[in-house]
Formats: sequence, structure tokens, C-alpha cells
Amino acid sequence: MSTRTVEYTVSSNPEMGMDGRPVASPVFPVGMEPDFQGEHMLINIGPQHPATHGVLRLVLELDGETVVKCTPHIGYLHSSFEKLGEYRGWNQIIPLTDRMDYLAPLIYNVAYAAAVEKLMGIEITERCKVVRVMLMELDRIFSHLIWIGTTAIDIGAFTVFLWTFEERERIYNLHEALTGARITTSATRIGGMMADLPPGFTEAVQHFVDTLPKTLDEVDALLRNNNLWVGRNLDIGVISAEDAVNHGLTGPNLRASGVPYDVRKDRPYYDYETYDFDVPVGENGDCYDRYLVRMEEMRQSLRILQQTLDRLPDGPINVDNPRVILPSKTDCMSDMESMIHHFKVVMEGIPAPVGESWFGVESSKGELGMYVVSDGGSKPVRWRVRGPSFVNISTLPKLVEGHLVADVIATNASLDIVLGEIDR
Amino acid sequence: MAKDNDTKFEAALKDLAGTGPGKRQMPGPGVQTEAVDAHPSVDALKATFGDAVLRHEQHAGDEHVVFVDPERLREIMAWLKDEPAQHYDLLKDVTCVDYGGGRPIQVVYELWSIEHRRQLRVKVELPVDALDVESVTPLWATANWHEREAYDMFGVQFRNHPDLRRILMPENYEEGYPLRKDFPLRGRFSRAEQTRRALALDLEDYYLPEELEVKEQKGGTTPEPGAERALPETAGQPGGARSVPGSEAQAGEGE
Repeated sequence: MSTRTVEYTVSSNPEMGMDGRPVASPVFPVGMEPDFQGEHMLINIGPQHPATHGVLRLVLELDGETVVKCTPHIGYLHSSFEKLGEYRGWNQIIPLTDRMDYLAPLIYNVAYAAAVEKLMGIEITERCKVVRVMLMELDRIFSHLIWIGTTAIDIGAFTVFLWTFEERERIYNLHEALTGARITTSATRIGGMMADLPPGFTEAVQHFVDTLPKTLDEVDALLRNNNLWVGRNLDIGVISAEDAVNHGLTGPNLRASGVPYDVRKDRPYYDYETYDFDVPVGENGDCYDRYLVRMEEMRQSLRILQQTLDRLPDGPINVDNPRVILPSKTDCMSDMESMIHHFKVVMEGIPAPVGESWFGVESSKGELGMYVVSDGGSKPVRWRVRGPSFVNISTLPKLVEGHLVADVIATNASLDIVLGEIDR
Repeated sequence: MAKDNDTKFEAALKDLAGTGPGKRQMPGPGVQTEAVDAHPSVDALKATFGDAVLRHEQHAGDEHVVFVDPERLREIMAWLKDEPAQHYDLLKDVTCVDYGGGRPIQVVYELWSIEHRRQLRVKVELPVDALDVESVTPLWATANWHEREAYDMFGVQFRNHPDLRRILMPENYEEGYPLRKDFPLRGRFSRAEQTRRALALDLEDYYLPEELEVKEQKGGTTPEPGAERALPETAGQPGGARSVPGSEAQAGEGE
């Protein structure tokens, strides 16, 4: 993206030496400095610290204020979702998926359902495809909004957090209208959705699409050329394109380094190839580029949302396949066959053919891969989630070692992680 | 008439014989082992490595899976990454699948070539009593944590891994490898035992030995008396790999 317009530059830091390394400022009276030469200090950030975005614990080895070694300790929120999944039917896993990434639950619902549908060879209806794209793009904005709010808080700007949360509240309301839950949506089912869109939903989304750009512009006006924001982000946490690919980064973090890899374009699903949108790409791979990329992604998501609203077809939301979809309650009560189908689906579950499927979708944080393995039963043999946050946080030591401890906060925030999915 | 009904009933019974829970089969793409579509990388792999390529399967329509010889895995992966015609530069995932019943554990590598927009899944099968395979971390840095997770959850030892230790479970977790099929859902220890162990943890248990060295080096702040708890001896083990800390040495200590 060549829209990198930085009008303010950071003033030269008097505490920075000629070689770019910080010069220690005297904290002890002259003549009484203890000899710290060569001594390293160990400091814990987390597991309960607002800047760790959850229960992440970082053990930093510091030489003065410079990070010598950074070791993330994860697993404090380990809930053993993958093991639990092996004891549940295919549909019963869906509630587990949104508890992983509670910042973009619908993307996880959809990704899981899509993986299982691919394994079973189920082609969902046209309406369902468009609805799922709409929900995923809504949640991409949902997640990016909280990212920018919390990152701004970490850096020291509070207003942005309030403004983005106000917008998020509207998406929460949309979640609630659609599923009855605000965070744990569990909206998809194998072969379709829990329910069709409620009346008034598309109008509400249309209103959201029309009004969000104003907030985005306001947030951008606060941050883009803000001296503090630029100073804390520009050229901080730099990763080159080659390193980013080698470290497995995907999503906005990879694109900020200049690699235009987007699953929606490179391995399209749900007819993403027919939507008109651009993939923003950064140049320098620093925190500032990650910010620019995400801001632009939200605008592109709005474009996709507008197209889904324009093309939303009528028709059934669920596939016409009684093996996977529960019949309506009225049918159950009046039609013998429907009742039998209901009984079979509930009691035996949905059997999947032998085989496996690895389905990747573009989540808000990177590529989300759902890997499901079946031996022909109604439960998976293995359900694996390749979480983008897990990969993002694994690059943190590479990004911060050799830099200042304050940059750890900015870099960690810029990676966009959610601990529920890292620890699973 | 009655006889007619009987034969119909018998025929229906016969139809049902192959069904029932677990036997009912969903129609679907499933696995193709014969008549697999051509995949440029698999053909090139077969031409280059010959016998080391064991099987080629196609799953869920368009996902290509190739089984290779574990002994030559590293060589094959390096070739897949560096050969310009292949150039699988993005390693999306490393994980394991355990089918249970003593069947071999599969280690799964999901590869993607950004340049060629091509997917390939490489698998190796390891017998349950000899779970070790060469690490691919020197090729893809992202494999580091994925392999640690596979080790944590399945007990697969990755040779020459720079830092093979548990990642999601605590370092002193002694119940085994949670995602194995023979591991019970609620763990091997009783709830009381799990609580007792959690309460018996020392402050040092929350740090890595290397981190504690930093603390020692600083002097002054040695662990308080009475807490002379031996750190797990790790230095001598091959490849820096650390097994689950010795159960005997630590189990008795909390009492």
C-alpha cells in the first residue's frame, strides 16, 4: 500500500546514542552507581497484565532496558478443546469454536462448519454462502475494532478505545439479534445456519455499513499522524517478508510485510472471487504498517458487506438433506419420516465419510485452519485448529529481542492475539 | 399373505444388517487411494525420491496427501521448500493424528506454496513405541512451536529441535500426553491428586532452568533455605530435548 503518509517524524531522542542504542540515564547519585555491568535482570509481564491481552506471561531477560531474551509462557487458559471435540458429535463442537476466538466468534463457527461440510461433500445453499460471508466480514471488523482500541490503550490513547467499543456494541447487537448471544454465537450448523436472518437484520447491517466509515475516519484522524502513535509504532517490531513467511505469519501481519497472501484471493471459498475488494499490503512490516493494513481492511470489509447486502438471494438457508439438518418441529409432530430423521440425527449424530479435510479461511488475525479427521463415525477422530494467534505470538521473541522493553508492549499489541485460541 | 409379509420382513432385516450406529456411511468425497488426480509435486517427488514416497491419497475432493519415509523426511521437506518448481514456503501446520488401538501415529505437515498457489500435505507414520522424527524447525521457524505442541500433546520426539519442551501443559506435568487416544478425558490423576500437585508447586517451577541461571548469576537473591529443589537435569540429553521431568524425584517432594 503506497498510502503511507507520515507527516510528523519522531523528534530525535536525546537519550539515544549515535549507534541507535539507548544511553543509560543516571538513576543513582554520582559516585554511588552500583556496578550493573554484565548483570541481567529477569522480569515478568503477566500472566495478569492489561497489556498481555489475556493470560499471556512473558519472561523478559533485560540488560538495562534492552530485551536480551523474551520467552512467552502460554497455556494458562488451556481448555483442551481439541480433546473435548473427540468426545462430541460434529454439530456439538460448534459451541467450542466460538469460545476460542471470542473476538471474532462467527469466523470460527463458519470455518469449522465449512471444514466438516467439505469433508462430507455438502454444498450449502447460495443464500447461506452469502450470509456466511456477511457474518465473517462483520466479525472481521468486530475484531479489528477491538484490536485498534486495545492497542491504542496499550500505547496510551484512551479515546479510541471508547469510540471503537461504541461501534462494537452495534455488532454485538447484531450478534444478539441473529443468535441470542452476544459473544458465544454458535450460529452455524453443518449444512446451514442455526436460523435464517431475523427481520430487520439486513437493514441494520446496511445502517452499520453506512455509518462506520465516519468513525473510522475519526479514529484515523486521531492516530495516523499522531506524534506519539507514530513514535511508538514506526519502525518498531519490524519483520521482513522472507522472515514473516518463514515464521508462518499470515493475515494482516504478513501483508504488512509486503506479501499479498490472502486466503480469500489465493484459495477462494464461498465465491470470494466474485466479490470486488482489494487486499491492502504494507511495505515495512513494522507496527505502523500493521495498523495501516488493518484500517484499510476494515474499509474493504465494508465494501464486501455492501455487496453481500446487494446480492443476498432468497431461498432456503439450509441444505435439503435430512441426514444432516434437523426437520422443523411442525414436521416432526405431523410427519413420521421427519420424526425418524429427527431421532436419528439427535441420537446417532451425523456420520461423516472416512477421510479428512483441512479448510483454511481468512480470519481477522490470519489464516485459520480447521483440520477434521473422520473414521466414518459421528464423532471426529481428530479435530485440530491451526490458530493464527498461536503463530503470531510465537514470532514475538524474534520481533522484540534487542529492542527496548517498552517496544514489547507495542509489538505484542500490534500482533493481534487472543489467548483463548492460543491456549485452546 | 402372511408369508409374503415374512419375506418382506426378512429382506428388510437383510438391508439393515450393514447399518446401525458407526456403520452407517455418509455419502461424500471420502478418500481416494486409487485413481488419484495428478499433482505436480507428488509426481516430481516420486521421480526424485522413488521409494521414499510411500502413498498418495486424495481427500475431500482436492486435498492431496503424500506419505513419506520418516527417515528421509527432512531431506524431502528441504527439497520441497527449496526446489524452485515446488517452493512450498509457507508451513501452515504441524500436528499429529492418533487413531488409537496401537495404530501408528501420523505426523502431518500442511504445506502451501504462495508462489504456485498449491497445497500439499505430507505425512509420516510413526509406530507408537518409536515416536521420533527429524525436526523441520531449521527449515521453517514456525515449526518450532507447532512441534513443541505435537510433543506436548502426543509425545513425538523431534530430533534436533532447538527447544523441545512442553508448551500448553505445565513443564512438570506428569500425566502423559493428553491427545493420545489412550489418555482418559479427565486425566490420569484424580482431582484430589491434581490439586495436591498444583499446591505443592514451588516458585521455581514457574521458570525455565535457563531463566533461573540469570537469577543465580545476579547473586544476592538465592532461593530461600529449605527450598533446595533440584532442577531437572537436562543438559546431558541429546538435542537439548527434555523429557517430562522425572516423576520419582519430584513426586515425593510435596509431602
